[in-house]
Amino acid sequence: MNFDLSDEQKMLAEQARGLIAERSPYDHLRGLIDAGAEWDESLWRELGEMGFLGAAIPETHGGLGMSALDQGVIAQELGRANAAIPFFSSIILCADAIQLAGSDAQKAEWLPKLASGEVIGTLAYAEGPGPSFATGVTFDGSKISGAKMPVADAGIAHIAIVLVAGGGFVLVKLDQPTVKRTKLDSFDQLRAHYRIDFNGAEAEALPGAAKLSALIDRAAVQAAFEATGAADACLEMARNYALDRQMFGRPLASFQAIKHKLADLAVEVELARSNAYFGAWAADESPDDLPAAASAARLTALKAFETGARENLQVHGGIGYTQEANCHFYYRRERTLALALGGRDYWADRLIAAQPGSQGKAA
Amino acid sequence: MDFNDTPEEAAFRTEVRAWLAANAPAHVIPQGVTLDDAEEVERGKAWQRAVYDGGYAGITFPKALGGRGGTVIEAVVFAEEEAHYHLPKGPYIGIGLGMAIAAIAKHGTDEQRAQFIEPTLKGELTWCQLFSEPSAGSDLANLRTKAVQDGDAWIVNGQKVWSSWAHRSDWGILVVRTDPSVPKHKGLTFFVVDMKSPGIEIRPIRQISGASDFNETFLTDVRIPDSCRIGGVGEGWGVCMTVLMGERLGSGSHKAQVSPLIDYAASTPGMNGGTALDSGSTKLALASALAEEQGARYLEARLRTMVSRGENPGALAGMIKMTYASRLQKTSALAMELRGMDAIAPASGDTQTREIQGDYIWSTVMRIAGGADEVLKNQIAERVLGMPGEIRMDKNIPFDQLKG
Repeated sequence: MNFDLSDEQKMLAEQARGLIAERSPYDHLRGLIDAGAEWDESLWRELGEMGFLGAAIPETHGGLGMSALDQGVIAQELGRANAAIPFFSSIILCADAIQLAGSDAQKAEWLPKLASGEVIGTLAYAEGPGPSFATGVTFDGSKISGAKMPVADAGIAHIAIVLVAGGGFVLVKLDQPTVKRTKLDSFDQLRAHYRIDFNGAEAEALPGAAKLSALIDRAAVQAAFEATGAADACLEMARNYALDRQMFGRPLASFQAIKHKLADLAVEVELARSNAYFGAWAADESPDDLPAAASAARLTALKAFETGARENLQVHGGIGYTQEANCHFYYRRERTLALALGGRDYWADRLIAAQPGSQGKAA
Repeated sequence: MDFNDTPEEAAFRTEVRAWLAANAPAHVIPQGVTLDDAEEVERGKAWQRAVYDGGYAGITFPKALGGRGGTVIEAVVFAEEEAHYHLPKGPYIGIGLGMAIAAIAKHGTDEQRAQFIEPTLKGELTWCQLFSEPSAGSDLANLRTKAVQDGDAWIVNGQKVWSSWAHRSDWGILVVRTDPSVPKHKGLTFFVVDMKSPGIEIRPIRQISGASDFNETFLTDVRIPDSCRIGGVGEGWGVCMTVLMGERLGSGSHKAQVSPLIDYAASTPGMNGGTALDSGSTKLALASALAEEQGARYLEARLRTMVSRGENPGALAGMIKMTYASRLQKTSALAMELRGMDAIAPASGDTQTREIQGDYIWSTVMRIAGGADEVLKNQIAERVLGMPGEIRMDKNIPFDQLKG
């Protein structure tokens, strides 16, 4: 057993962390919000040139052919910095859907462009209030009709993979006149969301037999890395503030109420990280373990980020409520990660169903 | 990263499995059978002897001291495989292996090593721990039991508490105050004591579980030869730290506790027909606990990887025990609730509900013993996060000038 990142993966993490920290500091994020920017295009281009975007896309399709764990290492750093790029929509969801279910021609056409960042994709699954994975959009074999909302990053996306009636996926180019995109007011100021109306838009099916659940499980592991990185950032920010802030003649960090709060958070972060590692290992090496591993990773990572986002702001006190402080980036992003990709109930059901002896096996 | 055994680990596991299959069944205590204390200790000693004869005692101990000279990972593999059998392995064996001989190996003399280590590995000596006192729990260094030198011996007076199986132990590991004129951590000295020494009186503690696993141990003019001192006079705190680090790493291993509750819920009638597992709140609570349990399992795998490289996981190791204890308390309570009113007073044949009740009682011990939750949180905050230490009112004050 060797249950740790390799030296190469540690270097990859360090390299990604250094670059993202330099290009996307908090003041830069604040500037994007003030400018009404939908995303951080220059960071996206740079990460594409360096190969980070296509890390887990096969080499035959223009990527680096790295593992789910390598990709997780990158996702963790993007989560840590709260980066404003469509990595999750375009790479984790859209590219992986094509990789899992696309035809050879679809893979050859789209994966190299997604890997380089030249084309941006997204996954359209929710249809308003209710379960995330909705199938009200119809597909007649060549055209789709109906509405999806909210869809992350749809304003900058060139293509969308759309979940349609019957549970299949179709690929839709978004620059058609039969596709109407309406910007929504997104709770997360650094991840734009849209409503997309399809009025008989041209679409082609992804013919592969891969089920939605496999795509979502794999994405859940990556989301767990993203959330773990973000929770770790909250822990570090709270700790640093508490060490600096003086109260009643001593550092805030010396109060046991604060120490225990952050110790609890540290435990949650380590449990989440450990589950994320196992989830990535299962995605790469042991697909039978993936449903339970992904569910556990998802549940613990969201718990850690929830605690981190809330308690980081709490430790800051009043300053944490200002736009000048940096707590709010995570306080808002946490809700995005918590609600996208199936809520807690979906993953609780899935984890229970994946247990031996449970009445149903995971679908 | 590889969660599977390396080829060497797999080969060792195969060897251990074969050896256990041939040797363990004769020592297994059938589920539900309760032995009296004396017989359980005898059975425990016999199993430890078999382990020794098989070459698996003291896996990480050097061969020169009677151990196997193996790796930490080999010890983990052996423990994992051994846990598949219900064997007699109580504190009477565990304290000797995990604490006493670790302290003697590191801080003892050659004579002490020869006298105690191999006989303990052979299961010939049983041990208890005489550390805590009525006024020294989490603040262990506040202990008052004192030893005064008298020629080539020490005369010990005081009271110890929470000593597991002291009534069935041959020897005890003991920490006492030998110099009250210096600050509290500096005046302590570590001994091993023959539990048959005159002046030792052991009284069982009546616990909330109804059992009496723990004792109070009174020491009245107990004479301990200086040859039983482990480490220097005044250096007892350092020896205690060796012992307690062993306790922390050792208390990590745990059984899967949450997954059996899923079947338990599925076999309990639900509020609106169906089963208790149909309830969304029950499902969410069980799934959250299960996700946390899996996280702890893989965190343990990460810590073992660190240990196998010679790195010290330090306060990270406390996370495993701390979360296990709280989870046991929460999930056993949840299990009783999903069972309904029946869990207040189940039918006599319902052993699972009785075990769940037992877990709810035992979880209180787990949250306190081997580092209370609050102590572990302080350690995580201070040693992992680098936050300031607690304000200590007794710092640098001689013990005999402290209040209370």
